[in-house]
Amino acid sequence: MGVKLLLEKANVPGIRTYDVYRREGGYAAAEKALKEMSIESIVEEVKKSGLRGRGGAGFPAGMKWSFIAKPEGVPRHLVCNADESEPGTFKDRYLMEFLPHLLIEGLLISSYALGSNDTYIYIRGEYAWVAQILEDAIIEATKNGWLGKNILGTGFDCMIHVHRGAGAYICGEETALIESLEGKRGNPRIKPPFPAIQGLWMRPTVVNNVETLAAVVPIIKMGGEEYAKIGVGRSTGTKLISACGNINKPGVYEIDMTISVEDFIYSDEYCGGIANGKKLKACIPGGSSVPILPANLLLKTAKGETRYMNYESLSDGGFATGSMMGSGGFIILDEDQCIVKNTLTLARFYRHESCGQCSPCREGTGWMEKILQKIELGKGESSDIDLLWDIQRKIEGNTICPLGDAAAWPVAAAIRHFRDEFEWHINNRALSQTSNFGLQHYADPIHVPA
Amino acid sequence: MSLQFNNEQMTEFKRLVAHYPVGKQKSALLPALNLAQDSFGGWLPTEAMDYVASLLKIEPIEVYEVATFYSMYNLKPVGKFVFEVCQTGPCMISGSDNIIAYIQKQLAIQPGETTKDGIFTLKLVECLGACGYAPMMQVGKIYREHLTKDKVDAIIEEYRMQVAAQN
Repeated sequence: MGVKLLLEKANVPGIRTYDVYRREGGYAAAEKALKEMSIESIVEEVKKSGLRGRGGAGFPAGMKWSFIAKPEGVPRHLVCNADESEPGTFKDRYLMEFLPHLLIEGLLISSYALGSNDTYIYIRGEYAWVAQILEDAIIEATKNGWLGKNILGTGFDCMIHVHRGAGAYICGEETALIESLEGKRGNPRIKPPFPAIQGLWMRPTVVNNVETLAAVVPIIKMGGEEYAKIGVGRSTGTKLISACGNINKPGVYEIDMTISVEDFIYSDEYCGGIANGKKLKACIPGGSSVPILPANLLLKTAKGETRYMNYESLSDGGFATGSMMGSGGFIILDEDQCIVKNTLTLARFYRHESCGQCSPCREGTGWMEKILQKIELGKGESSDIDLLWDIQRKIEGNTICPLGDAAAWPVAAAIRHFRDEFEWHINNRALSQTSNFGLQHYADPIHVPA
Repeated sequence: MSLQFNNEQMTEFKRLVAHYPVGKQKSALLPALNLAQDSFGGWLPTEAMDYVASLLKIEPIEVYEVATFYSMYNLKPVGKFVFEVCQTGPCMISGSDNIIAYIQKQLAIQPGETTKDGIFTLKLVECLGACGYAPMMQVGKIYREHLTKDKVDAIIEEYRMQVAAQN
């Protein structure tokens, strides 16, 4: 059993309510932070913890906090990014649904450290019932003196507001989220200025992911140094992984980032192996935008070393032979899955979610979807693969926000690692929909079901 | 103007606006449109958008550009129950194609259409954050997960009964 810092109490009956959460030691970290610690020392502990943003980019959270501008007389805001929309990712939903007070406690400590009197949770519109759970928890926390005016007699005022979006993946990008929170279309802003200088209503703003803010609670409780001892290298603490696809036990798991990918997939404590006795073909380990890896490169790096579930190991080999930790959306594909079709659904997703501001993304995502559709329907031509490659190259790095990259990477990785499957579709047009390229040489070399 | 929030809806509208600083009431636009859509039959006619604009003291165009951007706003009338079935990668590899085809057959409609009796609309949507519980669909404010053909039949029956009970 690995260390559990976030989900340790997730199964305690009634933990969603204030009374049970408090009885189980909840709000002790908030009490410690507000009563015993200075603002500087809270930020210092978060820096020492090595906590990296859990939304996907992995940027050090303490450093992000230290960038916030503090002009005289201008309010500052903390915004919690709960717009979880990266395909394969459903960890924040789990955390908010089952441990709403953990998030609120993390938000309170973080708001205090950043000087945010009005903190916003931007939650994706579809999570309507989760928004209600948060609203209820905020009412409870307010009644018990953890939110509102003069909290714990410190003179600090803080209110948390839940803001429901209305369906747009792009609002997970922090500047698009801010635009949306201002009541506009979710068009990302050009940076600089960064939100830490001019964010929500042009005021200094920090945007952090749900899991990142929840992790502040154990960091304050145990101290940054102790937190940093868990995990390995620059992958400190624990990470929530939402595992899905063709596995026996889909769900949300907390790992301490020392477990191997192989153990994570095959052990009964986590994914429980590939479903229906099938073989592992490929995996997208960190949400749909990170590169897909065939089984052999997933379990071992190109150097033949064991690959582990952490930031460094998952990206070992760069994009040539590695992938990314990303958001922790772990998608497993078995031997029956078609890489072309899977890539097509992702290309369609990014075309649908492109905000349309930048031509390379607006046009390119549509072209990629059309070409992939053509190949999948058995109308592909041999020049299509190179054309796809060319388009994704021209999107990547040429857009205001990272959605362009996120759309380009899955296509690039699918071609890089599964080119012969694309070729098979083109050379066997009649078969491309009725049968499957299948596993061929992409089988997991270690685990062969009887 | 004939479309208006009733007292209860107006109280909720005021609660939503109160989350934002004075003068920044435009921030309440998305939550206000969510409320308007729920209040006015599940979609946003131009009249509803103009009404929200007047309440927030912004130009109607500011509402239209937002309403056309976000996928949850319906700009055409929909059935009483909208089946929004996820079709993105993780759901697809878990069999969403079969579920979509089955719903089409059972309701005898194509994606984007509403049944003649006005009860059901089928919409295909992108990832709803339920990948571990696939295949799935959203109906109103709730998620229906781990869908099978039997479960789809039961859900359709459940909503038909609800409508029959109301008539």
